[in-house]
Amino acid sequence: MTAGNSAQGSDTHEVTLVEAVNLALRRALTDDPEVVILGEDVGTNGGVFRATLGLREQFGYKRVIDTPLAEALIAGISVGMASQGMRPVAEIQFMGFINSAVEQMLCHAGRLRNRTRGRLSCPMVLRAPFGGGIHAPEHHSESTEAMFAHMPGLRVVIPSSPTRAYGLLLSAIRDPDPVVFLEPKRIYRLVRQQVVDDGQGLPLDTCFTLRQGKDLTMVSWGAMIHETLLAAKELARQGVEAEVIDVATISPLDMVTILRSVEKTGRCVVIQEAPRSFGVGSEISARIGEEALLYLRSPVQRVTGYDTPMPYPKNENLYMPSTADIIEAARATLENA
Amino acid sequence: MFDNLDQAPGKLGYIDARGKPVRELPDEIDVAWLQASYRHMVRIRQLDKKAVALQRTGQMHTYPSCLGQEAIGTGIGLAMQDDDVLVPYYRDQATQTIRGVTMQQILQVWGGDERGNLFTGVAAKDFPNSVPIGTQMSHAAGIATAMKSRGIKQAVVANCGDGATSRGDVYEALNLVGVWQLPMVAVINNNQWAISVPRSLQTGTRTLAEKALAVGIEGLQVDGNDVVAVYQAVSQALARARSGKGGTLIEAVSYRLSDHTTADDATRYRDASEVSQAWEYDPVKRLQIFLHELGHWTPTQEQTLLAEVKQQVDAAVTAYLGEVPQAADDFMAYVFAEMTPTLLAQRDQLLAKLERDSVAQGGGSDDSR
Ligand SMILES: Cc1ncc(C[n+]2csc(CCOP(=O)(O)OP(=O)(O)O)c2C)c(N)n1
Ligand SMILES: [Mg+2]
Repeated sequence: MTAGNSAQGSDTHEVTLVEAVNLALRRALTDDPEVVILGEDVGTNGGVFRATLGLREQFGYKRVIDTPLAEALIAGISVGMASQGMRPVAEIQFMGFINSAVEQMLCHAGRLRNRTRGRLSCPMVLRAPFGGGIHAPEHHSESTEAMFAHMPGLRVVIPSSPTRAYGLLLSAIRDPDPVVFLEPKRIYRLVRQQVVDDGQGLPLDTCFTLRQGKDLTMVSWGAMIHETLLAAKELARQGVEAEVIDVATISPLDMVTILRSVEKTGRCVVIQEAPRSFGVGSEISARIGEEALLYLRSPVQRVTGYDTPMPYPKNENLYMPSTADIIEAARATLENA
Repeated sequence: MFDNLDQAPGKLGYIDARGKPVRELPDEIDVAWLQASYRHMVRIRQLDKKAVALQRTGQMHTYPSCLGQEAIGTGIGLAMQDDDVLVPYYRDQATQTIRGVTMQQILQVWGGDERGNLFTGVAAKDFPNSVPIGTQMSHAAGIATAMKSRGIKQAVVANCGDGATSRGDVYEALNLVGVWQLPMVAVINNNQWAISVPRSLQTGTRTLAEKALAVGIEGLQVDGNDVVAVYQAVSQALARARSGKGGTLIEAVSYRLSDHTTADDATRYRDASEVSQAWEYDPVKRLQIFLHELGHWTPTQEQTLLAEVKQQVDAAVTAYLGEVPQAADDFMAYVFAEMTPTLLAQRDQLLAKLERDSVAQGGGSDDSR
């Protein structure tokens, strides 16, 4: 956290990731009268995860809007509002329910600028909690970020800490193009961090290097950053220095940071919670193969979920990648000397 | 409360909130039927209470209570014939159990075990409950299409909540029922809330039943706390549907007496006074009073029933808690009819990983997870 960045009226808060989201939303609503929050249960209830807690009370019914239960509608009206210069920040209650909004995002949000040759644009944010590990019912634990990453014209941003949640969400709201902002709900309340509510955004389209290391590169995003950092710590105990990169913006992808690290270490493990095939990890691995093959001293390893639907909660842990899996993959890259 | 729970002209009702008959009961409703309905509603209420208690003690995951919805589920279940098909949503415990889904299976599903969806017998062709709101309504329209095109004289019942009616796919399904005259009965459980969003914020129409007008099918409102009214409306709609006269939209007006699920705290968004007012319309109590005043329900019968129900629910809980776990690789085995080479390789990885972790644990080495 950048200290001493205390602009006039900024406060420091010790917050969780979901509270940092709330702080960023509050800041955006305060700073820009065009920002509105909309979604299911975001008003009176403050969101089922409380991401929008207290915003209705502070900003009123016109700016914090409980919509009818209709995800295609939520995305569609956001496109319309954004096209007129508003800044809708829409919430989809769980990523598992985002699917009827996909048509609006794919066919309209991501294309409006292009098909009008810049006459109209779509500065909207579609937020959704995603990922497993909280023993939620069926359809409440998916990680389908690759689906959106595959759609031209959309940014896909995933924070992995309170500070990044705050800074990235502010930048997403200010971005002139549509952003799908996915919040790893498993770590919504995992840690608290000092967040200075100074309205400072963090750069989009940029990876964050969370840990320096010379022996191998570990690339991840979202909740799996937690296991990745634990694995790096354990590897350090064993004398292996891993560099840990938080991708943060899944698309467009900042390959420069990743390539620079892989060129240095020659070894790479990509960690994702999503199913193994056709995911973001596949893209990163392919790009490393295309652009840094000669630096590689070992094949890129992927630690992922399986190509299955997320099991019902009783067996959810069988699906989830673990710290031990990451360590094992890291070891595998090191064995190939 | 937005939609009045009182019986009124235009809203079908037989037994009012105080357990008084407001009109003559349909011919097929006799004392045995009423007692059977009552027994089922009491059983479901006990199951529901137990499921919530299991969740509170960490033995169940998020559970959607059907408190206050027993008459809807029971009325539907009793109106259906064995060869009809049920497409439920997650508050249809009462309907599902009439169709032979066991109480253990209900617990299994919310305890996070897919085997709870292994329905047999009458329910063998029923759908599991749908979690993505409203999406099940088009499955029901598809099942009805299959019945119609195969000349099967049965019908589908599909249920959803008041909030669900805002979804495009619910409208689309109903529209198809109208245009293709499908043998489908849609029952909207209007419990007046969609989590924290009141029914008044879902639609500008006065009733949900009148949405039938927009799609050219029959629509009616019933007292969803009156099991006879629900039964009668669904029976007649099913009879029409089976005889090729098309579908019906039934709005069953009730009230969600519970939190949305065990993950919800309804005191955040609705007044306690509204809930206590809604309790005055309790579907179970009114039937008990009605039967009692007919002279067909005694305190002794009540005691016997409670003891019997407790035993049934306890047996289901014991079976649920004592289940043999699924095989670790079961979640891979049903993705396709045959496991693909990719999945087979992933299964090997899974099994190797489990072996590694059990060795790590058995050896007492510190598992870094
Ligand atoms: C498509 C979709 N969006 C959101 C949700 C999250 N959610 C679960 S239940 C619910 C409210 C449903 O209300 P209603 O249709 O009235 O049924 P009720 O739960 O009141 O019986 C919501 C928003 C979901 N399950 N599916
Ligand atoms: Mg409802």
